Amino acid sequence: MDQQTAAELFWSSLGPIALGALRGTIPLALVSFAVGLVLALLLALMRLSKRWWLSGVARGYISVVRGTPLLVQLFVIFYGLPSIGVLIDPWPSAVVAFSVNVGGYAAEVIRAAILSVPRGQWEAAYMIGMSHRLALRRIILPQAARVSVPPLSNTFISLVKDTSLASLILVTELFREAQQVAAFSQQFMLLYLEAALVYWVICLGLSAVQGALETRLDRYVAH
Amino acid sequence: MSPTEPFPTDDVPSLPVPAGPSDTDEVLLSVRGLRKSFGDNEVLRSVDLTVGRGRVLALIGPSGSGKTTALRCLNGLEVPDGGTIALGSGDRHVALDFAARPSRRQLAALRDRSAMVFQHYNLFPHKTVLENVTEGPRVVQRRPAGEVRTEALALLERVGLADKRDVYPFQLSGGQQQRVGIVRALALRPQLLLFDEPTSALDPELVGDVLGLIRELAVEGWTMVIVTHELQFAREVAHEVAFVDGGRIVEHGEAGRVLREPQHERTRQFVHRLLHPF
Repeated sequence: MDQQTAAELFWSSLGPIALGALRGTIPLALVSFAVGLVLALLLALMRLSKRWWLSGVARGYISVVRGTPLLVQLFVIFYGLPSIGVLIDPWPSAVVAFSVNVGGYAAEVIRAAILSVPRGQWEAAYMIGMSHRLALRRIILPQAARVSVPPLSNTFISLVKDTSLASLILVTELFREAQQVAAFSQQFMLLYLEAALVYWVICLGLSAVQGALETRLDRYVAH
Repeated sequence: MSPTEPFPTDDVPSLPVPAGPSDTDEVLLSVRGLRKSFGDNEVLRSVDLTVGRGRVLALIGPSGSGKTTALRCLNGLEVPDGGTIALGSGDRHVALDFAARPSRRQLAALRDRSAMVFQHYNLFPHKTVLENVTEGPRVVQRRPAGEVRTEALALLERVGLADKRDVYPFQLSGGQQQRVGIVRALALRPQLLLFDEPTSALDPELVGDVLGLIRELAVEGWTMVIVTHELQFAREVAHEVAFVDGGRIVEHGEAGRVLREPQHERTRQFVHRLLHPF
């Protein structure tokens, strides 16, 4: 391959790939993570509930989500559901699949984080007159948040990379853009390495955000 | 001062003051036949206690005797299986019969009358000293933020921690944390203060500070129930001592008498062992 051509191709394809990241990968990851976290908190609280049916439902959900491949979940929603009359566009299909998936994984992280807060914190919250709900919101969850930042960051970083699977259900995102340029130019090695590089840069940024968040949340902990 | 308005407004800053003078014979706390089991383990068999307003009662007894459980029942941290608790004076009086399964609202009312100081402080680590103190009055009791803050600062000033108001608990020594724990309890304006082995987790050289503060509160006339292993302290500060063993009050009387001339053999053995550990 002519060096000049490779460099030119790299720079000229960076535009569409970056755009794919900005329009596809990043918003997809952000929206799915936000929805997934809400779902996860709900599932974690259900799982911790004393009512057996609530914790049973959450347990079942988590088991199914973690026990089946994300790609299969994505295909069930996008290619499977239409056969029973449910047609969802690529983007919402991807958001649903990723949110459901994040919900299952993050639920266990949040549950463990809530359980890691010492019993005495609940008791002190009750002692000053708080209800269970108020204690959870003002005393327990803020402390659980600190503990769950590292594992949730892992979940988020995995999610960013997993959004590449959405290319298989026709979502225009980073990897699909790279694939298209690759197919056109036949420069597979270059384009796929370029895609990998862009994912890596995004994740480097996320790690920096994680570090800042941890520093902020660690301000009340002895070092 | 009337019992319904126990807080002075004329002197600034205002501080929570004890529920009333101790020269009345008013009973503030009355416990009858309290029972509590954890599974097959019967921790409280039948506990009877009476504490007059402005009186200080020390609960002593071997580990596992049920004294801490009894104390926790008073704040509703444990719900007894049976028996009655009547607590509070004036229009803050509540009476609960646990055989009849009190409602959540009744339990909340019981809890509202007392405040607890924990063995391990249990301060909120993600809140500053000042926030620890104001959280209950501001968020739960919904009192005006300005008033709550002024009162909290005055209380912190009083225990010598005003300059620590904006630091987090981990930056404090154990003794300082426990003093914040006491201030947090006082800020709730309870009628009864509960202490669960307040100095057991402290380094020996820090115990004096905390005991000194509790002694001051006793002198001011706060009504208190203190679970403690510090017999010397109990003798000095408590008006009464109750010896708990096997989930029952074995002996209850004037502090000096119970500690100096215990009537019961078990009390005698326990006191002797604590005073002569070697």
